[in-house]
Amino acid sequence: MFEFLGAILLLLVGGMAAVASRARPALCQTAGQSGAVAGSMLGLVAAVRILVSGQPEAMTATWLMPGGGFHLQIDALAAFFLLPVFGLSLVTAVYGRSYLAGRGDGSGLAGCWFHSNLLTAGMASVIAAHDGLLFLVSWEIMALSPFFLVIFDDRRATVRHAAWIYLAATHLGTAFLLVLFVLLGNLAGGSDFDGYAAVLKGNPGLASLVFILALIGFGSKAGIVPVHVWLPEAHPVAPSHASALMSGAMIKVGIYGLVRILTLLGPPQPWWGWLLIAIGASSGVLGVLFAMAQHDLKRLLAYSSVENIGIILLGIGIGVVGLATGMLTLTVIGFAAGLLHVVNHSIFKGLLFLGAGAVQHASHSLEFEQLGGLLKRMPWTGAAFLAGAAAIVGLPPLNGFISEFLLFYSGFAAVLDPAPHIAVAGLIAIIVMGLISGLAAACFAKAFGVAFLGSPRSAEAGNAHEVARPMWAAMALLAVLYLVIGLAAPLVVAALADVVTAATGVATGLVRAQLATVTGPLTTTIAVFGVLIGLALLAWLFRAHLLWARRIGSGPVWGCGYLFPSARMQYTASSFVQPLTTQFHLFVRNRLNVLQHGHIHVYVLYVAATLVALLLWASL
Amino acid sequence: MAAFASVISPVCALVLGPLLLALINRTKAFVAGRRGPPLLQPYFDIAKYLRRGAVYGDATSWVFRLGPVVNLTVLFAALLIVPWGAIRSPLSFSGDLIVVAGLLAVGRFAIVLAALDTGSSFEGMGASREVHFAALAEPALLLALAVLARVTGALSLTPIYQGITASAWVAALPTLALAAMTLLVLALVENSRIPVDDPTTHLELTMIHEVMVLDHSGPDLGYIHYAAALKLWILGGLLVGLVMPLRSGALWLDGSAMLLGMAILAVVIGMIESAMARYRLVHVPQFIVGAATLSVVGFILILV
Repeated sequence: MFEFLGAILLLLVGGMAAVASRARPALCQTAGQSGAVAGSMLGLVAAVRILVSGQPEAMTATWLMPGGGFHLQIDALAAFFLLPVFGLSLVTAVYGRSYLAGRGDGSGLAGCWFHSNLLTAGMASVIAAHDGLLFLVSWEIMALSPFFLVIFDDRRATVRHAAWIYLAATHLGTAFLLVLFVLLGNLAGGSDFDGYAAVLKGNPGLASLVFILALIGFGSKAGIVPVHVWLPEAHPVAPSHASALMSGAMIKVGIYGLVRILTLLGPPQPWWGWLLIAIGASSGVLGVLFAMAQHDLKRLLAYSSVENIGIILLGIGIGVVGLATGMLTLTVIGFAAGLLHVVNHSIFKGLLFLGAGAVQHASHSLEFEQLGGLLKRMPWTGAAFLAGAAAIVGLPPLNGFISEFLLFYSGFAAVLDPAPHIAVAGLIAIIVMGLISGLAAACFAKAFGVAFLGSPRSAEAGNAHEVARPMWAAMALLAVLYLVIGLAAPLVVAALADVVTAATGVATGLVRAQLATVTGPLTTTIAVFGVLIGLALLAWLFRAHLLWARRIGSGPVWGCGYLFPSARMQYTASSFVQPLTTQFHLFVRNRLNVLQHGHIHVYVLYVAATLVALLLWASL
Repeated sequence: MAAFASVISPVCALVLGPLLLALINRTKAFVAGRRGPPLLQPYFDIAKYLRRGAVYGDATSWVFRLGPVVNLTVLFAALLIVPWGAIRSPLSFSGDLIVVAGLLAVGRFAIVLAALDTGSSFEGMGASREVHFAALAEPALLLALAVLARVTGALSLTPIYQGITASAWVAALPTLALAAMTLLVLALVENSRIPVDDPTTHLELTMIHEVMVLDHSGPDLGYIHYAAALKLWILGGLLVGLVMPLRSGALWLDGSAMLLGMAILAVVIGMIESAMARYRLVHVPQFIVGAATLSVVGFILILV
């Protein structure tokens, strides 16, 4: 626990030192970066130790805040969610310095470092908090600091607009959490989580109510459909390393909150699981459809986060159905799939946002129609981005495939179940996951293919150059992690046992036995991947052997007889996805326009009205 | 003996794969009143490409060169997992059908990116169509396999196909027939056959798969042609193994039955190609979704 407190302290000190030295940009950057790096490393040490030992660590202290106590507790579940938070904070700090160099004045830099460190500290304390009030205070810190990151480039009106939308949306979500914790606190007579669990035990009506409040409150932070509107506005306009931190780590804290509340609610009702599956499926499919239709690389990535949150919820939903109906396989594999995808998504989405930042840095645009041919000009960034795209699509042998394998596996296990409704649910999960991965392949073929392959569509893209070494080193680090998680899949899945136990309350022995049923197949899968990589190498060598000393020509591609092709004649990003967007136009059209028209004052009105209504209702 | 039995299916695929294409072409020629190319023509073609040099588009990078290699090797890896009717695959484990779907997706992604790497609008067009139809075909394949898993109560391809016996057909006739329809449509879609795509068309604007590989040459093109033969063999094997429920246990009998089945499949595809015109591109999604719906109906039929 001391390492954890030390980590928070280092992050805060680094941030404040950056503010203090804002007159000297170089010093300010050093202060902010070293605070973030040192704090995150220390935090990672604490999280890894708890995960390895399996022993929860707790701490209580007296606190001057009335109505709450200072109670931190890091169990395996919390430690697991701390990994992406501290891990991404570390990587983005390495990347951020070069990225920020030459952007904005000293106070802008200081603000960026201060708030990104504060964001990390806020996320970490939300995850460690074991007390309602402490949780809410940390939640507000975590919710407010990104506002200042989003508004970093505040001279542009669209950026200011996005920041205000973010602020309103996050408070709409917080309103539900406030009611949730006030309600539970009143009933329990204290704000400690242990007290909540006691009140909720044997009160299914209250538990269902709390579940709904948590789903809306935490779901709006995680970005589930239909409360995702803020996400594609806010994430793209922040500095890219901050986008990586927000999309990679912050929205996962919403998932953490939901899972944590589920652990307090006692035995779940089956319909919670069905609701989670429905929301997960619709977020997944709609998220990827919206992502595909975007013209801006970072907006595409932001919508793809909605899709991946959907995949995570699909796994957790299957797990909750299993828990409610006493089906151990679904419980364990479903939760394992959802939780593993949390870490996987934070790695590849972190990398993809960092890659998008590098693209913006090098070619001064994120518009697909201005990009192209970047792989030749930025070989390292391009290779890392390709690895990220392949991983997020769920292609073997990378990490994304492992969590999708688990999810499909739970779907197939459900299909074999004698109960028809479970079998149909399994079938639906399989169809939805198949559709999501097929559409994601289209989406990321567009993202990588149009931005990095072919010929440059603008002079800026043609003059692009590889980014500074720390920036691509940060990306390379994440890219290596994919292959490691992908090829060490059996070990990684087996290591999830304590985390799944903490999330579900199922005995560790049973969880281990269930996970063992998939680690065996995964081991063989890895062997197949080994053969695959070996064969690919052989096929490549054979090709090189065949071409050895033969005539290798180069020339223009086939243009149907037309002799003067130009880069502008390439297939465009919009035309690439046009058949799909036309086919799914029914869904891609925003049907929530009635409620969501981007007027901030209306959102503020929603916040106020919701809060008043919920508080009135809770006090009755 | 067991080790020998398990390598039969990949070896047959590697050796006989291109023959399927030749049989389809001979059938089409026969129906059209021509004599048609010799049965070994696909082998001659592949050998010819492997002997040539290569020409690369000016915009291409290593992604273009890697595409055909990846596309071919994922099919090699899939051959380790996919059984051939009654004949087991070298590897079998719970959930291996998910790995097969994943491997096919890798090959497709590699070819699509290679096509985009040329910067040619024709190949971009082909890639766009490929990802569109694949996004629908992938859930359809998993759906058909889920139906077979439900019927046989197994989670791995080899036990699933061991379980498709004559008595399984008697017990679940409509369901298995519907799943077979889905697999037939998928074999046509995934292998760019009429009525989805015309491998012999001469107009780039209407192609799907062929237009993506317009600018590959030499060994790269040879790899692509060989991979196409293997993919047809794999998906055709899944279909033939389903509709030909001979599970005698005697290797030579099961093997000959499968060989005969594959030959009949090639003739059937040739007849379909001779008898049908290509669908308009906008109707292809309906064709795939319709085929997937058949499997859903089949699934519901065995639930009740």
